[in-house]
Amino acid sequence: MSSPGGSGTRANGRAKNGPRTGRGGIRPTGPGAFLVIIPAYNEQGALAEVVASVNAHVPGAPVLVIDDCSEDSTLDVARRAGAEVLALPHHLGLGGCVQAGYKLAYELGFEYVIRVDGDGQHDPADIPRILDKLKTSGCEMVIGSRFAEDNGARTGAARSLGIRFFRMVLRPILGKPVHDPTSGFVGVNRRALDLFSRSFPLEYPEIEALVVLQRKRFRFEEVPCRMRPRMAGRSSITALKSLYYIVHVLLGVFINVLRFEGRRRVPPNEE
Amino acid sequence: MDRLLNVTTVLSALLLVIVLVSVRRAHIRPEYSVTWLFAAAAMLVLSRVRPLLEVLRRLSGLPDTPLTLFLIGAGVFLIMVFRFSVILSHLRDDNIALAQRVAILEYHVRSQREI
Repeated sequence: MSSPGGSGTRANGRAKNGPRTGRGGIRPTGPGAFLVIIPAYNEQGALAEVVASVNAHVPGAPVLVIDDCSEDSTLDVARRAGAEVLALPHHLGLGGCVQAGYKLAYELGFEYVIRVDGDGQHDPADIPRILDKLKTSGCEMVIGSRFAEDNGARTGAARSLGIRFFRMVLRPILGKPVHDPTSGFVGVNRRALDLFSRSFPLEYPEIEALVVLQRKRFRFEEVPCRMRPRMAGRSSITALKSLYYIVHVLLGVFINVLRFEGRRRVPPNEE
Repeated sequence: MDRLLNVTTVLSALLLVIVLVSVRRAHIRPEYSVTWLFAAAAMLVLSRVRPLLEVLRRLSGLPDTPLTLFLIGAGVFLIMVFRFSVILSHLRDDNIALAQRVAILEYHVRSQREI
């Protein structure tokens, strides 16, 4: 999702409605049904192409755009592109936006959910591989990783340093290395959906979500994926926010470690 | 010392009046005004009942009375800030859950209309 981080309210949601798409909303079509969710905030520039690309690479897959009360025409663009839209009444931030999608997917009965960012950085051609890994490995989450193999992926110096730092922090907590902890290109199964519907980090959720999984001794895997430059907009993590990001995420990781439940594993339906 | 106590008395009384007026005008809900009223009343009593302040100074082992008054005031307001942080966190969590629920219900209603 792109910045700026406003706190707008959808004063008149109906006024912004575009042409309706679909009939009766999305429904899982059978066992193993999956949903592609795209959290979006001010992504009018890239969203149509992202939705089209998902439809091209995964024909027939239901696509749900979660509009985080964008100030531009993201909502209209999403509907015109043929996606279903979950329109939040006011701006919640990335975590709240993604969690809303997880909640709806869980309530509708989907077995798997793949999250793709609305800025075009994630290549939907990789969705089938993430889905396949989810189904075959039985793990709860699969991360589309830029660095799982040396595929020439490069990122900025500051971000690269941050990723290395969090890899180091997460290694002993997760009990295994994670190559790309900040990747938002992830797939989750129904057990993780159940967990994330109830407990999901609200800001900068990617890293903390891994520790939330670890609290339940859930497993994750990584599959190598391509990342592209964002098609439009700008990252919500600016240089000034980087320090806040590190402190916030470290605190979130620490708190989640304190909540570790692995030794007294509680069945999901008892919570 | 007397001047400090007088200033504290005036500020505490002012705080009491402001909080009461705010409650009357519904700018603050009564349940959230209690903490403010309690803090203002405590500071008012401490600044007027000097023997009580002396007892607290001796109990805390602090070297002088103004420092005791300052630390008690700071402590009371720190506790209030913490309390309001807890309340704000609960409200934010509730607000997010409600916004998500509204969005999901609107989605279902819209889906039903389209059938």
